[in-house]
Amino acid sequence: MDIGWVILVFALATVGTTVLGLLSKWVDRKVTARIQWRVGPPWYQTIADVAKLLGKETIVPATARKWTFLLAPVVGFAGTAVAASVLWGANLSGTGFIGDLIVVVYLLTMPSLAIIVGGIASGNPVSALGASREMKLVFSYELPFILALVTVIIQAGGTLRLNGILEHQAASGMVIGSFSGVIAFLVAILCGQAKLGLVPFDIPEAETEIMAGPFTEYSGAPLAVFYLMKALLLATVPIFLITVFWGGFREGWQVLWTVPVYVLILVLFVLIRNTNPRLRIDQALKFFWFGLTPLSALAVVLAIFGL
Amino acid sequence: MGFTRWGLKKSPWVYHVNTGACNNCDIEVLDLLTPRFDVERFGIQLVGTPRHADALVVTGICTRQCRPRLQEIYRQTPKPCVVFVIGVCALTGGIFHDAYHRWGRVDDAIREVDPNAIFAYVPGCPPKPEAMAIGVLKALAML
Repeated sequence: MDIGWVILVFALATVGTTVLGLLSKWVDRKVTARIQWRVGPPWYQTIADVAKLLGKETIVPATARKWTFLLAPVVGFAGTAVAASVLWGANLSGTGFIGDLIVVVYLLTMPSLAIIVGGIASGNPVSALGASREMKLVFSYELPFILALVTVIIQAGGTLRLNGILEHQAASGMVIGSFSGVIAFLVAILCGQAKLGLVPFDIPEAETEIMAGPFTEYSGAPLAVFYLMKALLLATVPIFLITVFWGGFREGWQVLWTVPVYVLILVLFVLIRNTNPRLRIDQALKFFWFGLTPLSALAVVLAIFGL
Repeated sequence: MGFTRWGLKKSPWVYHVNTGACNNCDIEVLDLLTPRFDVERFGIQLVGTPRHADALVVTGICTRQCRPRLQEIYRQTPKPCVVFVIGVCALTGGIFHDAYHRWGRVDDAIREVDPNAIFAYVPGCPPKPEAMAIGVLKALAML
């Protein structure tokens, strides 16, 4: 595989997933509006938001670390884009390497890291508070998330390759078809909710308490990159869950079958977001560590017994 | 330029500044976000920080205490931005015109910072939500 091919796949996956993510963000806002008995924004709304932010003035606060402040969103966007292209590559062309599952899990924490670094670098006390909350949130949800993935790894016979997991699911049924798979999927959905920063776990950017959290000082193009990063993540997390739990989308009819599954996962995120109040950070930590971690440990034990 | 200008027209994010209003205009501004009026149809969103804002919605007489804060918020807002002066108090002072704590008009306070600031005025005590919505849309159409 030569370097030109890699760059082409990366560029296509980034652009494609970003467009998908912007559309998903619109679905999120539209479904939210319909739940609240409103009309909601038109389909091009998210594109207009990005276009507008790109045309605005970029202000760097006097107290900020200039380059860290400006580079943090780019790093977060790049990390998510690489995760997305690894997932597309594994699904569509069967490329991959040993341990790419671990790489994707690490890359999916890059947005949170970017938010933490950017928030602290902006030199605003409110941003620092939001960044500290984000850090605590990452510590809370990573443990059950990884345990849920361990369930999948055990079911797939100990492979750490995304392709191995996909081949196992093609041969002996989707992971979600088993009892432990259902539990692990539910845990992963709730962890994805926290990863995306949607409402029960939007503690870092609680706009009623701390304005916009780590994004408070961002304006113009860096805010647009953060917006795109969130959109990209909103598409990447469902694709990751589909790959790991629903057998991925490798060829033919499976690609079509993925579309309703993707919409289902997205609408599930939106419904959880719209029917729950925001937790405090200590409540979220208790929920993840003492609620979901034993549940995912149970899923692991069940998977060891082959259920 | 055309693309970003189109974006600005289609997604104005609004930051609400209260410079000493009696809360009547504020209630009417919040009404715009409810299902009955739903300004998110036009992409208008209420944001929590002036750094994200494209439009400042200023309500209330500009009190002496609030003038420096209003000017600071205007300086913090990335340009281009529009200032919506909502309610008769913000326009002329209304029934508080001769009050001891009033500094002056909102647009004068902002013109001290930026003489070329863009303003849109919606009079009323309080203005109806429909009036505010049409004021915002007319102002955006003229951008």
